[in-house]
Amino acid sequence: MSDRSAPPPPRPRTLKFGIVDVIVIAAVLGLFAFIIYRVNTVLVYNWDFGRIIPNYLFRWDSERERWVTNLLIQGLITTVRISIWGMLLASIIGLIMGVFRVSNVLFLRVLSRGYVELIRNIPPVVFLFVFFFFISSQILGPLELADQARNAPAGVQTVIRFLFGELRVLPNFFAALIALALFEAAYITELVRAGIQSIEKGQWEAARSVGLSPFHVMRYVILPQAIQRITPPLANQFITLIKDSALISLISVQDLTFMGVEISNSTQRLFETWITVAVMYFVISYSLALAFGRLEKRLKAGYR
Amino acid sequence: MPDSSEKPLMIELRGVNKWFGDFQALRSIDLEVRLGERVVVCGPSGSGKSTMIRCMNRLERHEEGTIIIDGIELTDDMKNVTAVRREVGMVFQQFNLFPHLTVLDNLMLAPLRSRKLPKNEAREIAMHYLERVRIPEQAEKYPGQLSGGQQQRVAIARSLCMKPRIMLFDEPTSALDPEMIKEVLDTMVELAEDGMTMVVVTHEMGFAKTVADSMVFMDEGEIVEAATPADFFSAPKSERTKTFLSQILIH
Repeated sequence: MSDRSAPPPPRPRTLKFGIVDVIVIAAVLGLFAFIIYRVNTVLVYNWDFGRIIPNYLFRWDSERERWVTNLLIQGLITTVRISIWGMLLASIIGLIMGVFRVSNVLFLRVLSRGYVELIRNIPPVVFLFVFFFFISSQILGPLELADQARNAPAGVQTVIRFLFGELRVLPNFFAALIALALFEAAYITELVRAGIQSIEKGQWEAARSVGLSPFHVMRYVILPQAIQRITPPLANQFITLIKDSALISLISVQDLTFMGVEISNSTQRLFETWITVAVMYFVISYSLALAFGRLEKRLKAGYR
Repeated sequence: MPDSSEKPLMIELRGVNKWFGDFQALRSIDLEVRLGERVVVCGPSGSGKSTMIRCMNRLERHEEGTIIIDGIELTDDMKNVTAVRREVGMVFQQFNLFPHLTVLDNLMLAPLRSRKLPKNEAREIAMHYLERVRIPEQAEKYPGQLSGGQQQRVAIARSLCMKPRIMLFDEPTSALDPEMIKEVLDTMVELAEDGMTMVVVTHEMGFAKTVADSMVFMDEGEIVEAATPADFFSAPKSERTKTFLSQILIH
């Protein structure tokens, strides 16, 4: 039986260079050349990355006599912060709602279906505004979170600042976080539902036939397999979440995009600022994609 | 079977009817299986034999009639259903092992979660049954790394770990390569010799002859004939049974 589990020999990766490759490379080079030409001749733009951008990443604090993070890095940290919390919260909501989607209880199915349809048919910006101006500021009140946080002992304040950012914008941060998570969770809900429904009938039957309760069937047999199957589109959704998080700048959460607006307004260096911001988004999104790629391989190596 | 009639009834079906949409899959089924009895169910495909045994642990819901398993009636009450499923093991044609768990974890899952046994005890039981189906060395492998015959033996062991009073087999050898059928049948014969109450849907007539206390022949959702293997094979009463036997025993 040992030969059965041995992996097949790797197929040699050929680097054949065909006519199609030549055409594609020529087209890409041509496009770049054209853009550079246009920028140099038509725009006549005086590029100035060096003087401005590094200062907005880190600056020298002459009082404390050390380098400190400046706006762009602070914005990046806020974006990373809200993305991590957003993924966590969206996963939890998506998992619960996804299980509700296939529930035997009609009310739970209606609830989760209604939630998904509501979110899917409203533009994200509009949802964010409705949520922020109506629900979070009117119904949840001023959240009173910020005031409570400010009265907290110094140690607690440091922890809160590390986890959620500046106390001053805490209500905005939470409103943005909940809105973002609710928005992305609707799509995760559908992924979870599709994952659950993709599991063969025999798995349900075998799990039931050994006397597992419905909860245990879901928890130990169906969901582990479903989640593994939806890992690739789930990674996609997380990357979308990072990119969608740019919207929260509209309700004054000082994320990377918010800082980009500030800097481009004050320096008038639109191109440099936005190209830098784009690169920073690319780096975090692509790192996440790579991390998920590795995770996927690990999961696959697990069995079969 | 005059000698077994005093033994307690383990499975009792009375006037069971079941439909899939407009199609009537089971027609007034009456069946009794007593403690330690081995019943082999055969019949052409689509005759309702799988549906019948799947009703015995309520993987399928019967619309009319009564099903009583080990004193518990199967109704919509999930408590009863779960109680019955703990007493009744089932082996499927497609094995249906949990591919994301190792062999050992496949075996330990239900004892841990359903019986709430401590981990070391569940492991002991699992290893005991793996040894019984003679593949303890595969404990740490994943189902996908095993042959079909080994997978089916793991599936049998998984059911046995719940210490069931009844075992149901739904065409356990139909998905296997010919050379692996014997190892699974041998396991089942041993189980029968230990006195397990068994209901087996199968076309393996050799197995039926050696193991069965009674043969049940089904066609078009009905039980056409029920007899001891000796009577069944040598003197079938109904024409449909004769036709079926002539087709299946041709080789």
